[in-house]
Amino acid sequence: MTRLTLDRLEKHYGTALAVDAVSLDIAPGEMVVLLGPSGCGKTTTLRMVAGFVPATSGDVLLDGQSILALPPYRREMGLVFQSYALFPHMTVADNIGFGLEMRGMKREPRRQRVLEMLRLARLEPLAERLPRQLSGGQQQRVALARALAINPRVLLLDEPLSNLDASLRAEVGRDIRLLQRDAGLTTIMVTHDQDEAMAMADRLVVMRDGQVQQTGTQEDLYERPATPFVASFIGRSTMLEGKLSDGNTIVVDGTALHLAGHYAANGASTLALRPERLWLEAPGVTAPGAVAGTVELASYLGPVREHLVRIGPDTRLLVRDSTAAAGRLHASGEAVSVRWDTGAERVFDAALTPLLAETTTTTSTRMSTHV
Amino acid sequence: MAAAGHETLWQEQLQRGLVGVLLVCAVAIIFVPLVLTLYLSVFDETLIVFPPHGYTLRWYAQILPQFGSALRTSALTALAAVAVSLLLGVPAGIGLSRYRFRGREAVSTLLLAPLTIPGVAIGLGIFVLAVLIEERTEWALSGSLGLMIAAHVLITLPWVVRLCLASLANHDRAAEEAAASLGARPLAVIWRVTLPAMRSGIVAGALFAFIVSFENLEMTLFLIAPGMTTLPIAVLQYLQYHIDPLVAAIAVAQVVIVGTALILLDRQVRIARVVA
Repeated sequence: MTRLTLDRLEKHYGTALAVDAVSLDIAPGEMVVLLGPSGCGKTTTLRMVAGFVPATSGDVLLDGQSILALPPYRREMGLVFQSYALFPHMTVADNIGFGLEMRGMKREPRRQRVLEMLRLARLEPLAERLPRQLSGGQQQRVALARALAINPRVLLLDEPLSNLDASLRAEVGRDIRLLQRDAGLTTIMVTHDQDEAMAMADRLVVMRDGQVQQTGTQEDLYERPATPFVASFIGRSTMLEGKLSDGNTIVVDGTALHLAGHYAANGASTLALRPERLWLEAPGVTAPGAVAGTVELASYLGPVREHLVRIGPDTRLLVRDSTAAAGRLHASGEAVSVRWDTGAERVFDAALTPLLAETTTTTSTRMSTHV
Repeated sequence: MAAAGHETLWQEQLQRGLVGVLLVCAVAIIFVPLVLTLYLSVFDETLIVFPPHGYTLRWYAQILPQFGSALRTSALTALAAVAVSLLLGVPAGIGLSRYRFRGREAVSTLLLAPLTIPGVAIGLGIFVLAVLIEERTEWALSGSLGLMIAAHVLITLPWVVRLCLASLANHDRAAEEAAASLGARPLAVIWRVTLPAMRSGIVAGALFAFIVSFENLEMTLFLIAPGMTTLPIAVLQYLQYHIDPLVAAIAVAQVVIVGTALILLDRQVRIARVVA
């Protein structure tokens, strides 16, 4: 069980800042997922921890001891790559035993350990196969077994599921998660896929342009996004830019939206609304958390209904509600009120800092007056 | 409708027929000289007369007494050139494919350039240089086996480098990083991961290098000395005074040796995959 700490880790390429002062403290046995679009610096961060990319400044510590000076082969990290990176000329068993052999483990104990890993990864019947004779999911399980065989201090997963068929992703993801948790391995995983990240992480780090946007649990990121980027990247949000006045009205594209909360700020702001937390009511509501609009598109998608509601000349809101709840599919052209409460809205000021709703405001509760 | 269908069918048959004729021509152009050589090599005649009075295998028995020494020189030179080319070319291939350094282009050009220079020019250049050095240092360079091998390395090295580069083009560097993270030191990574991945390129490169060296005539013309002649040159010299089936016999022997090597190696590494 190892604690992994990144301390203001930075990577410059010339004048370009690939990773900008990333600090992170990962508890023993914790799985942290670095999440962000391509080019956000998440992979560079991982590679600095692995030792393949030298850091420009900052530090990487294992249990408080810097490992930056160590070459990759002395860092004792288990790596799993998107491309599996198996040794194509070695059997599954030899792949898994490679790290043990490099550590000078004798033949017999090595065989025992390989057998144990084969059993854990459910690969026993495939021990003597070559990698090219395996499916993608099997190859990635071999790669995982190979990484775990050496009892690494830290497990690093670089987009481990991206090359797999959609149907296999969840399965291999679960395998990884279970093996990681049973081994109590401190883990960093890198991915651009938020579903994957949400499903596997203990804690997530959202990155963009080399900077950490927010660190927190799934609930933190979804319920309390720290920036408009996080609000739109984690789950879906409709982002509206407008002008906030009186702390409770935001004018977007010429239309006034009555906010559910009351904010101690005014001026240019960004409003993020979660489609699945909005609902439709009869037109004419002016209560907090409401805006008037016209249904433009309506789709019945099985578990949910989706309405695209036009609220300004060039502004639309997506409203998604469960088909299990009361309500109906509205006709396009129908006038409606879009309603929400404080849990659906997030307001950011011009500096992209989230504004907090003042507690004195009464929050409107969802009413049963569905139209 | 039916007439049009007929017409296309007829055209298709014509096309197929033409392709067939072309194929037969091509195969004939390639194989007729070979077959003729094989046929000539068993003539029981000292001058090539057609039709022969009889057939014999005695020409094959004469290969070694007549060309044994040249064959030995050729084989020795080719093997040594291949060995040196591998020692230089494999690391060069790894370095060129992996690192972006100053002068990389220059190194790459230098390693591959001999392919584009006529053998006569290389041979003459080396000969003149050797004589110049000899005049100044009394070092018996021209006509030595060492110089011959060095010169052959010049023309075999490009093949090794080029095929090593080709075999690394599809190599996943992540496998090397995986090996490093598992505790393999840089040399162990190269030995256990990189070189096995290059295996087919190395084998094919060595084979091409051997053939290029073994068959080289133009450059080698300038490097031979009395008692040290390669096979192609010995054959050429022999041809100046005799035209008999022995030359055909040695040609057949050469084709068999190289052909067997190619077939055996292709089983091992599927050369077509590396060269294509």
